[in-house]
Amino acid sequence: MKKINTFKVGQELLFSGTIYTARDQAHKRLIGKIKRGSRLPFELKNSIIYYCGPTKTPKGKAKVIGSCGPTTSSRMDEFTPLLLKYGLKGMIGKGNRSPEVRDAIKKYKGVYFLTYAGCGALLSKYVLSAKTVAYSDLGPEAILKLEVKDFPLIVAIDANGGSIYD
Amino acid sequence: MRKISAVKIKDAVAQLCRDANFFLRRDVLIALRHAFKTESNKRAKTILKAILDNAAYARNEKLAICQDTGMGIVFVEIGQGVNIAGDLKAAINKGVEAGYRKYCLRNSICRDPLLRGKSLFSPCIIYTDIVKGDKIKLTLLPKGFGCENKSQLKMFKPTAKIEEIKKFVVETVYSAGPDACPPYIVGVGIGATADYSGVLAKKALLRKISSKSSKLEQDLLKQINKSKIGPMGLGGANTALAVHIQTYPTHIAGLPVSVNISCHALRSASVIL
Repeated sequence: MKKINTFKVGQELLFSGTIYTARDQAHKRLIGKIKRGSRLPFELKNSIIYYCGPTKTPKGKAKVIGSCGPTTSSRMDEFTPLLLKYGLKGMIGKGNRSPEVRDAIKKYKGVYFLTYAGCGALLSKYVLSAKTVAYSDLGPEAILKLEVKDFPLIVAIDANGGSIYD
Repeated sequence: MRKISAVKIKDAVAQLCRDANFFLRRDVLIALRHAFKTESNKRAKTILKAILDNAAYARNEKLAICQDTGMGIVFVEIGQGVNIAGDLKAAINKGVEAGYRKYCLRNSICRDPLLRGKSLFSPCIIYTDIVKGDKIKLTLLPKGFGCENKSQLKMFKPTAKIEEIKKFVVETVYSAGPDACPPYIVGVGIGATADYSGVLAKKALLRKISSKSSKLEQDLLKQINKSKIGPMGLGGANTALAVHIQTYPTHIAGLPVSVNISCHALRSASVIL
């Protein structure tokens, strides 16, 4: 993820590597942990969070994950600046972000990506493996570690604070 | 009286969970294909292609079209000549539970809206209607919350101008912007009461997308598409695929208007028993 600072708004890329799923309740817990000074369930530094809660993995079909598209990013806006402060590098979701998130992305040199919204079945093709790393009690909102290959992304907010929605 | 067992209803609802979530509605597919053909914005075309590929992949692989398999909304039209053997409400909820489990759909339901807690498959929302005849029609609309969150209700004065109502509908779509997975299908309920106008707006989503739309629907669609929000909010001519309006008589003192937006993955399935 060294190249993050060079990504430009509107650029399309295929990402291969590790991403972590986290959505509303997982964000609330992560922020609680940071505020209490507790250890996080995964290394936040230089990580990428995918706003996603997949369906159950179909059995007996050699599938590693079910349908796994992005959820609306703005619901995570109130939690995002603090995560960026503590090392989060990238986020993948759908829709626009708040001015505060945009400022924080610029300040901490992060990046916000979009991926194909409402295309959860198709996106499952690019997931090589999925492993629960925390909060399995949250069901579809658990944090999963995904290894992805050629996962399609569009740069929506870059490290200079430029936005695709301007 | 024609007898229909609760077990039969449960099994039918379970099948609808599969049909609605795996197989995108034909009218929606046709509208998406048309949007793809006529869209001139390059990025919008690429996104519409991905949406069509997704529907095909979901159908072939028996995967949910979208991971948000929604909150189940079940519309039941019960013929007055039907005698249901067993508990209808329990049968519908058990059908949703069984279908969502069997077809690996998502457990997105919180038992308590404030405490949240464990994610469950049910309950669903059930709307019943008594009709003539001796059959039961069941319709499942799995409604995702990315778009449900963008719903709005406004109680207009009975003297309100049609332009004010149009402005409200168009602004509701504009405020949803890129968040609720455009291109949208926009359901509008006009009349009745505050609560029932919302049901009308949702029911409007069940209507088949076709060229048979009213002048008001066409005007609204044109205005919405002028926004150039486009697929994923990244520009283009297709912000909405259709606007569907459903009306009902209302009180002399009021004019309720509800808007219920659906994402491009408008899913529903019906069966008649």
